[in-house]
Amino acid sequence: MSDLIKLTDVGKSYVKGKEKIKIFDHLSMHIPQGDFVAIMGPSGSGKTTLLNLLGGTDRPDSGAIEFDGKRIEKYSESKLAAWRAANVGFIFQFYNLMPVLNAAQNVELPLLLTKLGAGQRKKNVATALQIVGLADRAKHRPREMSGGQQQRVAIARAIVSDPKLLLCDEPTGDLDRTTADEVLGTLQTLNRDLGKTIIMVTHDPAAAKFAKRTLHLDKGQFNQQELAA
Amino acid sequence: MNEGTLVRKNLFRKGLRTTLLIFSIFIAFLIFGTLGSFDYAFNYAPNPNGANRLLTINKINFTQPLPFAYLNRIRGVEGVQAATMMNWFGGYYQEGKNQVQTMSVEPESFRSVYGNDFILTPAQWEAFARDRTGIIIGEDTAKRYGFRVGQRIPLHSDIYTNRSNGQQVWDFNVVGIFHAAKAEQPASGAYFNYEYFRESATFGNDNIGMVAMRTASVDQNDAVASRIDRMFANSAAETKTQDELAFGRSFLAQIGDIAFIITLVVSAAFASILMVVGNTMVMSIRERTAEIGVLKTLGFSSGRVMRMVLAESLALSLTGALLGLGVAAIILLGLNTALKDVVGGVTMSGWVAGLGVAIAILFGLITGAAPAASAFNLKIVEALSRK
Repeated sequence: MSDLIKLTDVGKSYVKGKEKIKIFDHLSMHIPQGDFVAIMGPSGSGKTTLLNLLGGTDRPDSGAIEFDGKRIEKYSESKLAAWRAANVGFIFQFYNLMPVLNAAQNVELPLLLTKLGAGQRKKNVATALQIVGLADRAKHRPREMSGGQQQRVAIARAIVSDPKLLLCDEPTGDLDRTTADEVLGTLQTLNRDLGKTIIMVTHDPAAAKFAKRTLHLDKGQFNQQELAA
Repeated sequence: MNEGTLVRKNLFRKGLRTTLLIFSIFIAFLIFGTLGSFDYAFNYAPNPNGANRLLTINKINFTQPLPFAYLNRIRGVEGVQAATMMNWFGGYYQEGKNQVQTMSVEPESFRSVYGNDFILTPAQWEAFARDRTGIIIGEDTAKRYGFRVGQRIPLHSDIYTNRSNGQQVWDFNVVGIFHAAKAEQPASGAYFNYEYFRESATFGNDNIGMVAMRTASVDQNDAVASRIDRMFANSAAETKTQDELAFGRSFLAQIGDIAFIITLVVSAAFASILMVVGNTMVMSIRERTAEIGVLKTLGFSSGRVMRMVLAESLALSLTGALLGLGVAAIILLGLNTALKDVVGGVTMSGWVAGLGVAIAILFGLITGAAPAASAFNLKIVEALSRK
């Protein structure tokens, strides 16, 4: 299967106070279309930074990031925003739903960036909520839902514009085991049935088992054997 | 749903805070709408019938008299089409609190200068000219005290004693109730025949308060005014001739610089509200740093997010401003009748309302500028890591 994502010699560092902290130095990897990858590693290993780079919410200092054959690291701010809206769905540990909007409105948010009419947007929202099993909670606000339900709303929001890539940052980190398994099952279904490419950062080995493969990141480098597998 | 929904919901996410902010903006614009309307009415509202009308008063101030002979001399000045005189009588009905602003005038020449402003039937004008003790009364004043045509009424003068009875009570025949040519113009006060005054007053019979005249055209106003004031230069009663608007301003200047006081009050209200609203907007957006980060993550561009923040502050400002201006307009309407007797009808003009809306937009942009810029510049990574 062709690569959806390809990182070549990516370098990234942060300045903290007077200190420059190097996160990645010549990091290279590729992820085929339709893959479901769990990324694990100790705190500070660069997992979240990697997700930020893959999702275009941060830029590398050096190297290239290709998505579907196109270099995204050189995109302008506005082009990168449009690219994110069209190609990437984000799922966060703490759901990050808008508290003032109900479930349906939260899911509809990414569609406001498309040219779809109100009627079509409504249909897409209903479908997305149906997929995550929350059709009956459309009018509920986040504070009226459990953590698991909120995360499923977040998943619906991530898939509603039909992106190729889903980036999940500790999606079950705030959930109990049963609910976490339900959410992970939903991700697995999205990967298996809808062909979504999923990259999931997690500390939880049980969560990682839902992925097709697991990559371990440590000190800014992947385990080379896993990467080659 | 659209972005407007999100803006509205964000605006009212903390209902009490937003309500208090809107209330504070409402108060500022209520003050602006009310005082600004007074300022406009006093200083800028043009009287379309009075554009080519000039008033000559004593150069010392308008309380000092002019010799009656000035009237005819002014009539002879080049550029003067018609001239009349007016003499302040004061006046109240029965009790001091029932003020009736009364002037003695020459009926026929008064009609030739003010006939377009004071609407009376030809028969009433004729009766006014014919009846020595005739008086015409504005409909607002007439309504207030129940005066009718044909009625005989007593008015007390604050200044003049009536020679015929040795008292300050003067009896008049109501010969006409005049209406204003335009609804927004006052129809108040009263005017009686100067001949009656001249024959009956114990003093001041050869003096007049002011001369009012029509010029051939507005363009000639300055030249005519200059000619008149030059004519009486170095005399015992030097004159000051100016148009009606300027006269109104100088009248108010006797009390104080009203425009300055109004500007000061309104500016103080705006400055304090600006700081409160600006600061609250900054806090409100800072509280939503993570949400702004999420919006940007989802693909909302920095410009789009900035516009949404600005739209929020504009909506806040315009809501408060429109409420304030609306209530000010209603208050002015309510006060209109009473004010007509004192200073002429004061209503909210389109100019004041338009200026209010323009200030509200500026207000919204200023209070939204800092949080909008902060939202624009916010980096996603930084926004999400602050949570």
